[in-house]
This record gives sequence, structure tokens and C-alpha cells, in this order.
Amino acid sequence: MLSFIFRRVVQMAPLLFLISVVSFVLINLPPGDYLTIKIAELEARGDSGAQFILGQYRERFGLDLPIWQQYWIWISHFVTGDFGRSFEYEREVGTLIWERMGFSVLLSLSTMLFAWLVAIPAGIFAATHQYRLGDNLLSFVAFLGLALPNFLLALLLMYLSVVVFGWSVGGLFSPEYLDAAWSPAKFVDLLKHLWVPVVVIGTAGTAGLMRLMRGNLLDVLRQQYVTTARAKGLPEGKVVYKHALRVAINPLISVAGTMFPAIIAGEVITSVVLNLPTIGPLFLRALQVQDMYLAGAILMFMSLFLMLGNLLADIGLALADPRIKLS
Amino acid sequence: MSVAQSEGDVPQVKAPARRNADGTYWSQTRRRFMRSRVGVAGAVVVLVLYLICLILPEFFAPYDPESKNAQYFGGPPQVVRFVDDEGQLSIQPFVYGVARKIDPKTMQRTFAEDRSVHYPIGFFVRGDAYKLFGFIPADIHLFGSADGKGHVNLLGTDRIGRDVLSRMIHGGRLSLSMGLIGVSISLILGAVLGTVAGYFGGVTDNVVMRATEVLMAFPTLPLWMTLAAAVPPDWSPTAVYIGITAILALVAWGTLAREVRGKVLALREEEYVLAGRVMGASHARLIFRHLLPGCFSHIIVVATLAIPSMIIAETALGFLGLGVKPPMISWGVMLNEAQNIRSIAHTPWLLFPAIPVIVSILAFNFLGDGMRDAADPQSEL
Repeated sequence: MLSFIFRRVVQMAPLLFLISVVSFVLINLPPGDYLTIKIAELEARGDSGAQFILGQYRERFGLDLPIWQQYWIWISHFVTGDFGRSFEYEREVGTLIWERMGFSVLLSLSTMLFAWLVAIPAGIFAATHQYRLGDNLLSFVAFLGLALPNFLLALLLMYLSVVVFGWSVGGLFSPEYLDAAWSPAKFVDLLKHLWVPVVVIGTAGTAGLMRLMRGNLLDVLRQQYVTTARAKGLPEGKVVYKHALRVAINPLISVAGTMFPAIIAGEVITSVVLNLPTIGPLFLRALQVQDMYLAGAILMFMSLFLMLGNLLADIGLALADPRIKLS
Repeated sequence: MSVAQSEGDVPQVKAPARRNADGTYWSQTRRRFMRSRVGVAGAVVVLVLYLICLILPEFFAPYDPESKNAQYFGGPPQVVRFVDDEGQLSIQPFVYGVARKIDPKTMQRTFAEDRSVHYPIGFFVRGDAYKLFGFIPADIHLFGSADGKGHVNLLGTDRIGRDVLSRMIHGGRLSLSMGLIGVSISLILGAVLGTVAGYFGGVTDNVVMRATEVLMAFPTLPLWMTLAAAVPPDWSPTAVYIGITAILALVAWGTLAREVRGKVLALREEEYVLAGRVMGASHARLIFRHLLPGCFSHIIVVATLAIPSMIIAETALGFLGLGVKPPMISWGVMLNEAQNIRSIAHTPWLLFPAIPVIVSILAFNFLGDGMRDAADPQSEL
């Protein structure tokens, strides 16, 4: 097992290198980014303070060096946890991301929990009631859920809750709890706000999972060992849950690994619409003002999550399914 | 298996008639497709959307997308009526006029129906002048205010008094064409590179596959956003349009290339390809004459199913303000104005462009599913 993991990590190395190169190219791509403007500003000021900051930037990012040396400076700092500087916020990229990462992770984990809790039972129900009213209804809803873009769903849900029900949505906390210390009341308040983004972000994933669960279970239910189990006189519940489900659920494990990073990436738009304190709005803002070290670091993190998710999914699958050979 | 067997029984009974009835692969496929009701419905909706938004938007839209109604800005949709307050039925539909009111407390401007004024709706009326197909001068619109005195804003007006319906129809030109062009570019890129990779194998295959892996290692939407943000702000609208379309295609070709490569890898081992090679066919002939046609149905299906994600991407980018920007009109750009809670609460009709987005996405999905079932009857899903 350990050697399997080690091999997979080694295989990832060249891909990691290429990802970092692409990220760095993207950082340097926009003409007139924030750093350029900043430097022009500092040069125009021209006093000793400005000269000092200018010198600092030059040294830190290797601005006078050829591009590949700049890349080397950037990546060697990156691996030690120094992701660069946000020039808009005048702060370190690492602390900015770190402040918001907690809520992003919280949101993603809740969304995954929601998706699995809804999708698995719904998928089982649809498979055991194939082509009946419940199945058709669920399939239709799932199709809609897959087709609706997240941000439209967010807008529609916001319209419903604001105009029809008169609730306040948006943000993760009510104003009175925003700066309050953590307390049970604040936690309840968080839950009250959390469900909207969870439903919005989770819908597509839930629908996809449900269809997968339904398809897998249907496939397995047709297999001979299930017929054998039925022929032995096992009650139907045992056939489905003990025999069929155990096999049918395996492919979903590999989905789970890719779902977490997909949600982190997918929450970008939803968080902008709902005004959530997550990575998404920070990323958009950074792109809008071309604060490229911040944007590049976030993009890089997202693809790292994606790779990590794939790796974890492979490991989880290998652990859960003894038929998978590790070599 | 059972499908093949039951079909295999038929030709023994009446073999001569069968050849005629079956026809070529394409006519078989077409017949299978026509049997799928959902697929045909999707096709019809797609064609109608393209006719309205892409070919004749100026005719179908009652107004020019930029013409402003100074009296009626931020106005709610007007309701089409056939019966007026006195219970009198008129065959010609009409809308009531509007009266502006200002709430003395909140200073909020609201509009109410002015039931004393009727604006009859006429068909094929003269209105804002436009150039049909870009060069034929015309001013006929499908419908509009019959006498030209009133105004008909069936989906309301935006903050500066432009007709939402007209803008929606014109916005579709961009949103729908970007999906089509973007997919075409990524289709050509993906099909060529995928075929070459699958056919030659070895180093070529390795290079192409590593490239797609790097592309797919990035989450799609953030990558789109980053690239779109790099489009210089001083570009002309047309250049931005081309740039964004190219970005959509650039990110999307990887998936397509992988699918085509897989198909080519399987086809390469078929005996008819071997026969071609033995007879001395060139690489180009083998690829274009034997392999590509084999994957063609597959490619078309994958492309059709890729269009919705392009439309979503365009809408999402426009919505975030990273894609095309005003004065260009797209559904995303229009939805950008309905972004915050305040505008949703006061002018919810600005959300109407969400409807064509959803409709076109669903239609393309249905169409693609129907085509997949028709092109490849053995495949489940």
C-alpha cells in the first residue's frame, strides 16, 4: 500500500511542475497588472521610502532578472509557504488565503455531507423502484439539477427567499454575530445561513451522485450473485443492502475524492452571488484588479486540491475494493 | 446481446426487403433519432432559438436593444390583455399604459397600470430601423405598439429604460454563437490532436496526453476566469468576443481529444484499417478516409453535449464581469445587472435572461442524448 502511494506521488511530480509553470505564466500574463501599476506609482513618488519598497520588491520577486529566474524565485518560495504578496491588500497572500480557507473547507464539507445524505438514499430508492413514478420524478429533478448552472440557482433561490418569503440571505452570519466570539447562538446562526449555499452548490453534485448510484445499483442487481442470494430465500432488504449495495457503492468513492476540489472550485460564483467570506470572492476580486500573485496562488491551490483529491480517491478505492490490484 | 440476436432473426424472414428499408448508416441513424421524442423536441427548440436569436433578432425583437424609453425605466413587465375593465372583449391584444408614482416615504419609484390608456399590440408593425443580415434596411418588427404611440415592454425595462425582451433576443446572438464557435474550434483541435495521438501512438501520443492532463489538472471555471481576466481592457468588443471564444475552446479541447483518441485506438486495430494499410494507403488517407469517419458520430455527440457547458461558461463569465462587457449584450452581461439582492428585490424581471439560458442548456442536452442513442444503439446510459 505504502509503495503504491509513493509511486502515485512520484508520478504526480512532473505534472506538478507543469502546473506550476502554467500558473506562473498566468500570473505574468495580464498586461498592466497591479504590481506594474504599483511600481509606476512608487517610481513617480520617487522619495527614499518609495525607493526602499521598490528595492524590496525587486529583490523579492527578482523583477530585473529573466523570466525563468523569476519563476525559480517564485516556486522556491512557494514550496516553503511564501506565496507572494497581495498588492491590493498590502498583505501576504498566505494569510489572506488562510483567513478564508476555513469557511471554504467548512462549506465544502457540509455540501459533500448534504450531497451524500440525499443522493445515496434517493439513488437506492430510484434503482429499487425503476421506471415507477418515484424514479421518474427523481430522475427528472436530477436532470434539472444537472442542467441548472449554480449561479442561476443561487439567483433564483435568493429571489424566492427575499421576495416571496422575506428572509435575509447572503453572508454566513447575521450582522449582530459577524464580529462576535464563537458561541452556541452564533453556531445556530451560521447553520441558518449555511443551508442556502449548501443547497445551491450541492445540487449538481447530488444529482450526479444520485444518477451514478442508481445506475450502479441497477447493474449490480442484474448480476447472478444477486439472483443467487434471492434464490436462497434472503429477504429483499438484505439482498439490496448487504449484497448489492456493498459492490455498487465502490465507484462512488472515486467520485468523492474529486468532489471536494470540484466544490471548492465551483463555489466561486455562488459565493460571489451570496456574498460569502470564502476563497471565491477573494479570487474574483484579485482577478478584477489583476492582483496576480494572489490569483495565481489560489488557482495553484485549487489544482493542488484537485490532484490531492484524485490521489485520495484512488487510495480510498484501493482500500475499499480488494479486487483492485495495487501494482 | 439480446438486441443483436432478435435483430438477427429478422433478415432470415424477408431478406430482400430489408436492405431497402434499412438504407445507409446515416439514414438508419436518422430514423432512430426521429423515434426519440425528447431528442426531436430538443432539436426543434435549438433550431427555433437560433432562428430567433442568431438569424433574425432584429425582426423578432420589438425594439432596438439600445433604444431607451425615458418615461419607463426600471418598469415591470406589462401584461397582455384581451378583455378590458368594462369586460369588453377585443380581438386585438393590448396592454395598459403606465403611471409613475413616487412613494412619499421611501422615495421609491413605482409604476402602476393606468387603466384609462390602451396601447393596442400590432403584428408586423413599423418600429426602430435596422439592417437585416447587416445590409438590408428594414423597420418591420414581429410585434409592437400598433399605432406607434404607446410602448410594449412585455418583460419590463432595465434601469435605463431599455426593453428587456429585445435585449434578451439580441443577447442570444452572442451567447449562442459563442457556444457554437467555441465548440467548433475545440472540436477541430481535439479531433485532429486526438486522432493523431491515437493513430501514431508513442511520443506523439505521450505529448498530447500530457498536455490534456495539465489542462485537466486545473479546475475549469477558475482557469476560464483567470484567462478571461488576462484579456486586455483596451481591446475592441469584437476582439474581446474572439478572445473569450478562443479561451473557451482552449480549455475545452482536452476532454474531446481524449475521447477521440480512445475511439481511434479501438478502431486502429480493426481489420478494415489493417486492410487499408496493407494496400499501401498513406497515413493521411487512413486517418481522414478510414478513422475519422468511424469516430464521426461519436465526435458530433460529444460536441453537442459540450455546447451547454460553453453557454454556461459564457454566461458565468459575463455575469462575473470577466467575459464580454457592455455595450456588447449577452445573457451573462444582462444577468450581471441582477446580481445584488437590492436589484433582485426591486426589479426581479431582470432575471428573465436566466430562462433562455436554462432552456437552451436543456435543449442541447436532450438533443445530444437523443443523438447518442441514435448513433450508438448498443451503448447504454
